Amino acid sequence: MTYPSRFFCLCDPGQVMRPVMCTRREKSSYTPPPAKYGGRHTVTLIPGDGIGPELLNHAQELFRFCCVPVDFEVVNVDSSLTSEDEINNAVTAIRRNGVALKGNIETNHNLPPSHKSRNNLLRTSLDLYANVMHCQTLPGVQTRHKDIDIIIIRENTEGEYSSLEHENVPGVVESLKIITRVNSLRIAEYAFRQAREKGRRRVTAVHKANIMKLGDGLFLQCCKEVAAGYPDITFDNMIVDNTTMQLVSKPQQFDVMVMPNLYGNVVSNVCAGLVGGPGLVPGANYGKDYAVFETATRNTGKSIANKNIANPTATLLASCLMLDHLGLHDYASMIRKAILRTLSETRLHTADLGGQGTTSEVVQSIMKEVQKGGPLTSEKI
Amino acid sequence: MSSMMILLVLKCLSQIIFYCICFAFQMQTVTIIPGDGIGPEISTSVIKIFEAAKVPIQWEERNVTAIKGPGGKWMIPPEAKESMDKSKIGLKGPLKTPIAAGHPSMNLLLRKTFDLYANVRPCVSIEGYKTPYTDVDLVTIRENTEGEYSGIEHVIVDGVVQSIKLITEEASRRIAEYAFEYARNNQRNSVTAVHKANIMRMSDGLFLRKCREVAENFKDVKFTEMYLDTVCLNMVQDPTQFDVLVMPNLYGDILSDLCAGLIGGLGVTPSGNIGANGVAIFESVHGTAPDIAGMDLANPTALLLSAVMMLRHMGLHGHAKKIETACFDTIRDKKVLTKDLGGNSKCSEFTAEICRRVQDLD
Repeated sequence: MTYPSRFFCLCDPGQVMRPVMCTRREKSSYTPPPAKYGGRHTVTLIPGDGIGPELLNHAQELFRFCCVPVDFEVVNVDSSLTSEDEINNAVTAIRRNGVALKGNIETNHNLPPSHKSRNNLLRTSLDLYANVMHCQTLPGVQTRHKDIDIIIIRENTEGEYSSLEHENVPGVVESLKIITRVNSLRIAEYAFRQAREKGRRRVTAVHKANIMKLGDGLFLQCCKEVAAGYPDITFDNMIVDNTTMQLVSKPQQFDVMVMPNLYGNVVSNVCAGLVGGPGLVPGANYGKDYAVFETATRNTGKSIANKNIANPTATLLASCLMLDHLGLHDYASMIRKAILRTLSETRLHTADLGGQGTTSEVVQSIMKEVQKGGPLTSEKI
Repeated sequence: MSSMMILLVLKCLSQIIFYCICFAFQMQTVTIIPGDGIGPEISTSVIKIFEAAKVPIQWEERNVTAIKGPGGKWMIPPEAKESMDKSKIGLKGPLKTPIAAGHPSMNLLLRKTFDLYANVRPCVSIEGYKTPYTDVDLVTIRENTEGEYSGIEHVIVDGVVQSIKLITEEASRRIAEYAFEYARNNQRNSVTAVHKANIMRMSDGLFLRKCREVAENFKDVKFTEMYLDTVCLNMVQDPTQFDVLVMPNLYGDILSDLCAGLIGGLGVTPSGNIGANGVAIFESVHGTAPDIAGMDLANPTALLLSAVMMLRHMGLHGHAKKIETACFDTIRDKKVLTKDLGGNSKCSEFTAEICRRVQDLD
């Protein structure tokens, strides 16, 4: 899979889009997603709960405005129902289309343990083993720390999220954390490959092997083995509590980080907080055959739903990541440029960034920026 | 037989006289474990400062090195255990954890010996030691005996490892009760339970249920619950929204170090461990710093603030306030600071300055 190595890639607005022949199969490891007919891709859209539906609506609007050749197949997953049929339908749709854009599905943790997290079910069914989050200091956003540029690669299917729990004796619950050699090697390989492709210098493995000697010890060992095959990239490791301490004092020291599931959850949320909050950072979940894009911190945002105050940046940047994955790089960079230009205007900042702008104002401004960019917004064959 | 009886009576009498003297001077005994590396230097600093502040404490110094007891089990030296059992209060410097020494870490042994179930870390921004975060004032209370650190791991088949996270009703209830009592005794407004019950339904669900049950008995303290990732996200953006946080072992480990990072690191963070039977051991959580050991360069702030925490635990609030004020004033003034705080004074100079201020405050 190849992704543009620069975040702010400038595209020539005068360039004409040519329809890509969908029968072309490259010899590289990347094969384009299957659902592409007549030059248009079909992508599964899962609105989710909270702010998901309204923000994904904006994403659809923006795509329509920019004439992006993507059609959305909307699959609703209702978090209030206890049957797993709906999430299974969503999984089938993603298998069919290969790519999805989703909002977070709320998990009511007061329901019995048999009701599993829908998001987790989706990730494990599709074997989306790598969660990638690129945290960068963004222009126009006030933060305590500057010059942050960290790629966090988190193992997405096992570890503490195995959902294997039992109560052998009343009042004593055991929860199993599973670490396997296969998955650890896979995520380490992914991390180093990404580091090499993006020209990164250092990969840091985050673990707690001093306490969990066998589990995290295995993970660390797998990372070391993979590191041996990439002598051009420095490999080091850090214990997770020290990592969080270093992140809040000197986050600039980190480059690429790879870690098991739970530590990934903690570290990615800390980093998202450092660059400005959950409304700014997009996330991507990659598997061998499928990819699902969402906001990095996976918040439902129930308290701000339907109030037109949510920050659409993370969702829209996630949709740009999706466009890159589909090979529509020109559209991706055009929209991304417009988003970043809007972000640098402080008067349009939404409440989470300390401003008073509304979601629709931000989206309107992005559309205006896109329009200023030129003729890419109309179809030209 | 009669000589033995006489000896026994004499021993009892001497103990009684000892305690009478202590009582007369209202001196409380505290076991001090200097530790390794910079441990002895910073312990000496703390003892000096306490002397200057005329704190009614008698120190009993003990060393803890793992010894093999009868039955082959590793344990701490019996003199240390006896001293702690008697005094109930301990102050500990950093202990080195040797790799492949054949015995578990000393911290773990101490924890197991005295059933230290709660680790308490108050994180307060230090005026004069600038970090990107100001106005931090929160307390993390971490369950210290079970959870992810139960140490139960198996290799199922080659290449598949399972680690067991253990959550019990008893331990969850105990830590929740401690958290609420701490909040009440220290005039804190709210307690937040940190969990991941959306993923770990049964285990964190049990922890959460127990917290909710205990919250019913402490209606004067506000109770909220929050996911671990949301806490992390909000903590780095606005730490002022948090007050007391209670959580299982692993989350506590990560969050307490995160909060320590907010106020300036482990060199300035106090920590206390509360055990069953009224035992409490206060410690500095930084490492032994072998590279600067014995060179009079160490910063005793962490151990000093832990000792202040200890004084508050013992009810000696006046002395605690005096020493804490002297310490913070010294750091705020920036004239005499150790290297890690940005100055170039020696440990002894820093200590002397605090002693001087303590005596001035009298």
